[in-house]
Amino acid sequence: MNINRRQMLILLPAAAIAWKSVLAGTPEASPNYKMTDHWWGMLIDIPKCIGCGNCVRACQTENDVPDGNFRTWVERYHVSDWEMKNPLDIMTNPLTIPDVISPDGGKEGFPVASDTSGKYFFVPKMCNHCADSPCTQVCPVGATFISPDGVVLVDQKYCLGCAYCVQACPYGCRYIHPEKKVADKCTLCYHRITKGLTTACCEACPTGARQLIDLKNPKDPIHEFLKTHSVQVLKPQMATGAKVFYNDLDGSVR
Amino acid sequence: MSVFKDAGHLIRFAGLFVLAFVVFLVVRHYVVPKSFGQYGHYRGAAIGEIAAHPMKFAGHDTCEACHTDVVDKKSKGKHAHVNCEACHGAQAQHADDPSTVKPVLPDTTVLCARCHTASAAKPKGFPQVVPAEHSNGMPCDTCHQPHNPGMDAPPADAQAKAAGGVK
Repeated sequence: MNINRRQMLILLPAAAIAWKSVLAGTPEASPNYKMTDHWWGMLIDIPKCIGCGNCVRACQTENDVPDGNFRTWVERYHVSDWEMKNPLDIMTNPLTIPDVISPDGGKEGFPVASDTSGKYFFVPKMCNHCADSPCTQVCPVGATFISPDGVVLVDQKYCLGCAYCVQACPYGCRYIHPEKKVADKCTLCYHRITKGLTTACCEACPTGARQLIDLKNPKDPIHEFLKTHSVQVLKPQMATGAKVFYNDLDGSVR
Repeated sequence: MSVFKDAGHLIRFAGLFVLAFVVFLVVRHYVVPKSFGQYGHYRGAAIGEIAAHPMKFAGHDTCEACHTDVVDKKSKGKHAHVNCEACHGAQAQHADDPSTVKPVLPDTTVLCARCHTASAAKPKGFPQVVPAEHSNGMPCDTCHQPHNPGMDAPPADAQAKAAGGVK
């Protein structure tokens, strides 16, 4: 077989790419859980959230989240009658922005709302486990990554604590751990979901406002839900591929 | 051999280059973790380490395996779909060692109010009361059975408790 220089130049990179894919296809160690069979996300059903803060407390307990930092938190929006009648103008008119509160992340619930005008709703927030996450792209050392099952994780042994990812996250979902001095964030309770359990926040939610979803599971009720409900993600214009879906999300939520 | 006649300096330099490359490979072998690049540009072993984090919440399936009587009671009422640990807190330790680790019974005055205190911010259909007006500071479980809170299934000793609470 004679190969000329032109053919060689084509074959060599092709062989390199093929060899890379062979290396990447190494089967994972755990026999019970196959990472490639899952693509995790979450559904947040806004009309069901009562702002009790159970999810925030459960997350802190489960994941040893330090006080003052949050892997998940709940915000309460109040859109007044006037705000509903006038267009939202973030850039020039702060009066059109709804009141948002989140005392201690909503951990101990919210103060009683006495003003009955306008509308109120709660928005639980957490890492969106983006499929094209901005945070993993900026890491200079490869310490944060999207796992093969779609969960954005931090390798805390490898993290330098440079906080580029904290700045890159458009949703403000990361923080620097005050003791470990490394980036910390929601792991979607990776230690639970890989064992067939749901996340701590979903387990503790009394109304079912939060639900763990597996987009690769054809039997997951999320597929029907997405077709029959008005479901949105946060900041869709940033094309992050967010996998936390919000049912009945108000247009004023940022 | 005439080709290499005046190439001695180039060969020495090439040798140096090869040596530096070998040193680089050796250092790289020890510095880069074994599993780096297994799934992508990160340490593959990190996934297993994160998955090894200890659990605090046992999960309702674990609770329901033993507490079948509570499951029956709950299934008839409005709290049927509220998981055990939503009220009782993280109980993985209790599930691991039920005889020594005993869960603390929640105080219903505080616990119920977290969800059921009336507020204009809560969804309209959600049952909510002003605790001070509704019960005058009496614990909720005086009249309501937390596992089945409807008034058709009051606690067995409701009358006695109410009498004690009012004095």
